[in-house]
Amino acid sequence: MSNFSFLNPFGVLDEPGTYMGDFYSHNFSKKAKEGTVILNLGPQHPSTHGVLRVLVELYGEYVMRSEPVLGYLHRSHEKMAEHKTAYGFLPNMGRVDYLNAIGWNWAYAASCEQLAGIQVPERAEYLRVISAELNRISSHLVWWGAFVLDLGAFTPILYAFDDREDLCDILQRVTGSRLTMNYFRFGGVGADGDERFFRLIREFIPRMRERLKMYRALVTDNVILRRRLEGIGSMDADMCLRYGATGPILRAAGVRRDVRKAIPYGIYDRFDYEIPVADRCDNFGRYWVRVEEIEQSLRIVEQAVAQIPEGKHIVDKAPKPAWKIPAGESVFSVEGARGEISVHVISDGGKSPYRVKLRAPGFSNLALFAEAAEGTLLADAIATLGSLDLVIPEIDR
Amino acid sequence: MELSNISISGLIILVIACLLVIALMVVNAIVMVYAERKGAGFIQRRPGPYEVGPWGTLQPVVDSMKLLGKQIFVPSNVDFFLFFAAPVLAFFPVLLLFLPIPFGPFLTALKVPDGIVLILAFAGFGLLANLLAGYASNNKYGVLGAGRAVSQGVAYEIPMILALLAVVFQTGSMNLSEIVEAQGRWPWSWNILCQPLAFFIYLVTLVAETNRAPFDLPEGESELTAGFHTEYSGMGFALFFLAEYANMLLVSFVCATFFLGGYKGPVLDGFWWTFIKAYLVMMFIVWIRWTFPRVRFDQLLNINWKWLLPLSILNLWITAVVVNFIGK
Repeated sequence: MSNFSFLNPFGVLDEPGTYMGDFYSHNFSKKAKEGTVILNLGPQHPSTHGVLRVLVELYGEYVMRSEPVLGYLHRSHEKMAEHKTAYGFLPNMGRVDYLNAIGWNWAYAASCEQLAGIQVPERAEYLRVISAELNRISSHLVWWGAFVLDLGAFTPILYAFDDREDLCDILQRVTGSRLTMNYFRFGGVGADGDERFFRLIREFIPRMRERLKMYRALVTDNVILRRRLEGIGSMDADMCLRYGATGPILRAAGVRRDVRKAIPYGIYDRFDYEIPVADRCDNFGRYWVRVEEIEQSLRIVEQAVAQIPEGKHIVDKAPKPAWKIPAGESVFSVEGARGEISVHVISDGGKSPYRVKLRAPGFSNLALFAEAAEGTLLADAIATLGSLDLVIPEIDR
Repeated sequence: MELSNISISGLIILVIACLLVIALMVVNAIVMVYAERKGAGFIQRRPGPYEVGPWGTLQPVVDSMKLLGKQIFVPSNVDFFLFFAAPVLAFFPVLLLFLPIPFGPFLTALKVPDGIVLILAFAGFGLLANLLAGYASNNKYGVLGAGRAVSQGVAYEIPMILALLAVVFQTGSMNLSEIVEAQGRWPWSWNILCQPLAFFIYLVTLVAETNRAPFDLPEGESELTAGFHTEYSGMGFALFFLAEYANMLLVSFVCATFFLGGYKGPVLDGFWWTFIKAYLVMMFIVWIRWTFPRVRFDQLLNINWKWLLPLSILNLWITAVVVNFIGK
């Protein structure tokens, strides 16, 4: 009984080849090799951004195998949909992905509108585009700061949050909240943008462009950052398609797929913008694509603010809170900050939807991690994990 | 000076010097915590600490009170003796290192002929403390951090010594006071001008030796949570913290002595010049910490073995040739 401890009273669990850890890590530890160490990254680790847990098998500092363990933040959003009215489920959308609330707002609202055949007024469409793109910028800014923080630079995240503060102020004017925004309604949006809202946006765009120039000079062109990112964490197009990765990860692998261009929804076909595509497949490619997307989103917002017509922000006779979705089934995809968000609503005409399936891009994107991290150093594995732009509530839902 | 030759008066001076050095270390930690946080605040465009005391100047005092009051948590299955020995071992050798530094023309605690040898020899103790801390705390992150600390410390000590040796060759003495005396009053007569490469190499290794960003791999937060001191809380952590700042101060003093003219200045030689120069070097360390991302471990070693080491050998060789054939 030399290895006695209260946590491990029989002293046999730590022997290689036997059961060790919990249900999830069972298979993982069974195959632990001689001379390797199994390290538990998370759920409370500075670089797992919330409560993701990653089991890694280390040989020295090389990651031999890794396995993400999910479920620490599961809140049953899909089940909640079956018990709430369709209208009452709208606020949940801001909680699925707290950084890109508007994207989820749009996917769910549009899915229900498509089922019920509701037409959205012109002005509401513009407000949707403006809020969604501003939210995309703020999400990318948080990712940018957190990712560079993973690489050991502390300062950029505070600059990113400085900019994000402006975006929160802008979005607060119309949505009423700064994080878990609940802006969209069936048939329009919750509130019309006032003069101050548009003025703030017009002031924000040139300021953000100046800041992007500074970020490029200070961070993107930094030699340490380049050396840390270039050629690390390869995820090629084949691998992305195999795992169902979408969004910036897929575009960094050279696949020009963006829902805004592929299946244009809303009024995205009216704007002049580009889809940044990198053909590098590495961490720097993903970094570059996201930073470029901030610029493209600024372009879209600039055009939308210039073109926005007068009119109503929501249709007359918009659905009331007790509204029942007509029976049927519809799927709607939008391009979120992290990739393709799809919401599949099935209704039997009852008080609440029969079933709502939320397709979170982060879930598929995380699946690439184990393969991409294999054989890299621990520091590179963490950089790769950061480059996936994970938001754990979205993965667990 | 042989140890057996120390007289009673020399011993008294030594004891007083040790007490002064402890006071310096503590005051330095308090000043540097404030300076670093305000400096970080300036770089990050935020106010930094400002709640406690005027302009937040009492923040480090309150912080140290907090650290004193915290529970010292000991995880299960630690090597009890080593776990507590490590922070002490990190703190105390630094004490000795300050003794040969010539702060002013008449302000040297231990006038030894081979001052730099003493400093370089005892500087290795901090490394040992990091290794023991990581090894004893029964934590995988700690072990990884300890491993990193050792390979980094061992690697970077070599170019550091070679860079300092170039100055020693040039001066012809290992006595720190003589090295200062060999330099002039004005910046263009300091060693930084005739040994720019050695100064640059020393500046890089200085950051690596003190485990500061961008070479803070032993405690790389985003990878190893806190590296070798993951399991330390309260005063255990505080001692590591104190030792880190004391080490920073020491390497800054060595830098000021070797390359920046020590206590000599354009007007009125004295210890104030040593302190001004050392703290400027310290602020430089703070500045780069809040600016750069962390390098990866293999890159860190590559920088050392493939660049700094050959360059420092080359520098030493050129210095030797110049000193031998052309004269000082």
